[in-house]
Amino acid sequence: MTATVLERPAGATVAAGRRARSRRWRRVVVVLVVVLLAVLLLTLCVGERTYSPLDVLRVVLGQDVPGASFTVGDLRLPRALTGVLVGVAFGMGGVMFQTMLRNVLASPDVIGISAGSSAAAVVAITVFGLSGATLSVVAVASGIGVAGLIYALSWRRGVHGTRLILIGIAIGAMLDSVISYAISRAGIYDVNEAMRWLTGSLNSAFWPVVRPLALALLVLVPLATILSRRLGALQLGDDASTALGVPADRSRLALLVVAVALVSVGTAAAGPIAFVAFLAGPIAHRLVRGAGALLWPAALVGALLVLVGDFAGQHLLGLRFPVGVVTGVLGAPYLLWLLARSNRTGGSL
Amino acid sequence: MTLHAPAPAPAVPARGRSVSLRRRRLLGLVVCAVVLLVMVVASLAFGSRVVSWPDVVAGVLHPDPENIAQAAVHARIPRTVLGLLVGAALGLAGAVMQGLTRNPLADPGILGVNAGASLLVVVGIAWLGLSSLDQYIWLAFAGAALAALLVYTIGSMGREGATPLKLALAGAATTAALGSMVSMVLLTRTDVLDTFRFWQVGSLGRADFAQIGEVVPFLVVGALLAVACARGLDALALGDDLAVGLGQRTGLVRVLGATSAVLLAGSATAIAGPIAFVGLVMPHLARTFTGPSHRWLLPYSAAFGAALLVGADVVGRIVTRPQDLEVGIMTALLGAPVFIAIIRRQKVREL
Amino acid sequence: MKHTLAVEAATLGYDDRVVVQDMTLEIPQGRITTIVGANACGKSTLLRAMARLLRPSAGRVLLDGTPIDDLPSREVATILGLLPQTPISPEGIAVADLVGRGRYPHQGWFRRWTAEDDAAVEEALRTTDTLDLADRPVDELSGGQRQRVWIAMALAQQTDVLLLDEPTTFLDVAHQVEVLDLLTDLNRRRGTTVVMVLHDLNLAARYADHLVAIRAGHLYAQGTPAEVVTELMVEDVFGMTSRVITDPVSSTPLVLPVGRHHSGTATTGRAADDERAAPEAPLPADALR
Repeated sequence: MTATVLERPAGATVAAGRRARSRRWRRVVVVLVVVLLAVLLLTLCVGERTYSPLDVLRVVLGQDVPGASFTVGDLRLPRALTGVLVGVAFGMGGVMFQTMLRNVLASPDVIGISAGSSAAAVVAITVFGLSGATLSVVAVASGIGVAGLIYALSWRRGVHGTRLILIGIAIGAMLDSVISYAISRAGIYDVNEAMRWLTGSLNSAFWPVVRPLALALLVLVPLATILSRRLGALQLGDDASTALGVPADRSRLALLVVAVALVSVGTAAAGPIAFVAFLAGPIAHRLVRGAGALLWPAALVGALLVLVGDFAGQHLLGLRFPVGVVTGVLGAPYLLWLLARSNRTGGSL
Repeated sequence: MTLHAPAPAPAVPARGRSVSLRRRRLLGLVVCAVVLLVMVVASLAFGSRVVSWPDVVAGVLHPDPENIAQAAVHARIPRTVLGLLVGAALGLAGAVMQGLTRNPLADPGILGVNAGASLLVVVGIAWLGLSSLDQYIWLAFAGAALAALLVYTIGSMGREGATPLKLALAGAATTAALGSMVSMVLLTRTDVLDTFRFWQVGSLGRADFAQIGEVVPFLVVGALLAVACARGLDALALGDDLAVGLGQRTGLVRVLGATSAVLLAGSATAIAGPIAFVGLVMPHLARTFTGPSHRWLLPYSAAFGAALLVGADVVGRIVTRPQDLEVGIMTALLGAPVFIAIIRRQKVREL
Repeated sequence: MKHTLAVEAATLGYDDRVVVQDMTLEIPQGRITTIVGANACGKSTLLRAMARLLRPSAGRVLLDGTPIDDLPSREVATILGLLPQTPISPEGIAVADLVGRGRYPHQGWFRRWTAEDDAAVEEALRTTDTLDLADRPVDELSGGQRQRVWIAMALAQQTDVLLLDEPTTFLDVAHQVEVLDLLTDLNRRRGTTVVMVLHDLNLAARYADHLVAIRAGHLYAQGTPAEVVTELMVEDVFGMTSRVITDPVSSTPLVLPVGRHHSGTATTGRAADDERAAPEAPLPADALR
């Protein structure tokens, strides 16, 4: 059938290609990490007062630098760290959803998952006057609860991605009306508070926020990484996935739980920052271009989007805008363009 | 599965089927008329104060200005009329959209019409200093039309055209995109927020007869166009190729239908604010009485829509007093579960 | 190790619709079994049940005598490979990477690529004549090339049993025969048990060691093609009149359909048709079916 006299060992041709792609993937990840660190340093140095990188590094390492310690150590550093962690959470959660449901438009902020946290938070603010840690807990719990409801409602001998998406949209619309109602009934102060929460911002990202956030991610991120292998099988369709030994429904459920937890935790920490969960996956996809898994590139892209968005919102636009507005305004046209393009080419990541 | 040639279709059962269908349609007509009548009376009679029947009649025909009850009834007339008009418009628009796109999940709200209207209204309030319904009604209209166009265009790109899933996602994503632009404006202008947040919840209590009158011509044109499309929609339901084969000009039907849907949905949103789910659910309900023929489906959807909206308004007025629960909230709370039930019933492959 | 696959009194369906009734079937180990039948007779449903994609509402599917649902999924995947009917390829993925997914069952949780994996992928690509496409994105390929890539993925799984649902879809005649030949190679050289659903009765008769005919959800007949493929069987299962002769190339049964035209004998030739047809003869009632 084929020549048995081969100079190369069996599998060498394939291995060469695979290793080249692997190298390209690693390059992309390394570049993303470097850029992220650079932007991180930038946000710590630049602001109303600019500090030298050396001073910043010394503060980070725990030394006391008069004049810098407070601003950098207690204001900018927690804000930047929160930004990174929240970006990772949204980026990972978003790409997990998009891959699992095989549709780039099936992002948690489009299909009503984030709406769960938001609606609960708005009601908590305007009706019950909650704030701070209690509010965050309510937001996380509601996000998970609503996601569970959507999952349960779309279960009918197993969960089909299409049905999940459509039911998510319906529930999202219902929750939006709850939000509108709460806002229309509230006193104007509460309304402002609610709107601020709804837009997503890092303005209240102090050290007490960073610690629980970091802990949660410490659990969720490794889980997501382990489960990402199942993503690779699910991408091929339910039948192919089962054939490869990855049972479709069970894997999807596990992935959904972790993805929802990631998104809810991010939302609790910084509000629903518009479009980060949606955009991180497609942007990572364009960078990686089939060379490998999207999970970590998307996480890094998410972190970058949040950091850059916040930096732009704080210093580059004249007025101070929270990060949610920046990502919302810039993300919206890109979202529509992606929509058009994905419809043309088929839509799955 | 047969192995032999099937026997020729018997003539008698076909006639039998149409007899029962006719009976169902008549029954539906009766039910509809009764329900509408009940809703209208309820709308006039109930509210933060309940009015007795003689006062209702007097309030409608020749209200005594001294009598508070009759004055209340008289005040409720515009909102009842508005409820009938907007409900009918939305029901009709939904039926036309579902026929045009062959999509059981089409609805003006889900397809981004509401978001588009909201965006232009907010822009009008923020940068053009508009502050009353009179003024931003036209912007709402334009916004609705533009958004519907955008969603339909994007949703129908690609090999399979406008599948239900693609349209729904295009609508949801567009709503999200336009919504974030709205948020951006609202965040920086608290004064705008304060005006806008009331418009954003669909309600029947904001318009008076004069404003309703402005919108009526559009509703009428929209309705006439919809009726003109009825036969075309029946053909479209068989698929474009077959429709063309049957001599229908599908392009023309699409344009007429889309114009009608936008006129109806746009006017309704402009005057009452965003109201979701009426256009989605009513055609499905109507279809259980009428079968798939659009000549019957369209008027029925309109009638049911009118009944639903007036009914939702009444319930909203009774349930929370003194301030009523707006229609926009009611339809969302009631409509979403029905939408979900519809999705669950459908086989996924059909979507 | 050789594995056996059997179906025991299984009833299969979707929602409330029953498609296959009380089916008992034993797949001969180490042979090529082909399942044939008319559209919607349940042959794909049967294959899906064997691949554990569908759970029987009654009865069971047995792998090595154990109910297949009781075995861990990954273990089953090292024994049973499947070519699904409508696979989805992620955007931008390279051919070699897609075929590489077939190695998942052998790789455990932490995805260590071994030279053995590379070798398996390369052999799969070579056997399906797609090695030169290894680094190209799957979405750039033609339908036929893509089908061969999916077959390569099933081959890379290196299972003892291979289930294929219409493997010849999208393939031109040359490639159809090529794919069936390579499946035969696999069977002869490695003893792989092959079970496939084919819509082409003649190809099925040629390549099958064991032919299974399904009619309306029930087992109509099974055996060697020579035993099973008869004019009566074609009439009963496919609703078609035919003549069955011996294929001069492969010495297996060859089914020749007998339609209303071009059916050979003088009384049904074109001249005879013209003679018989009256000018105003209406079309037969079922001609427009």
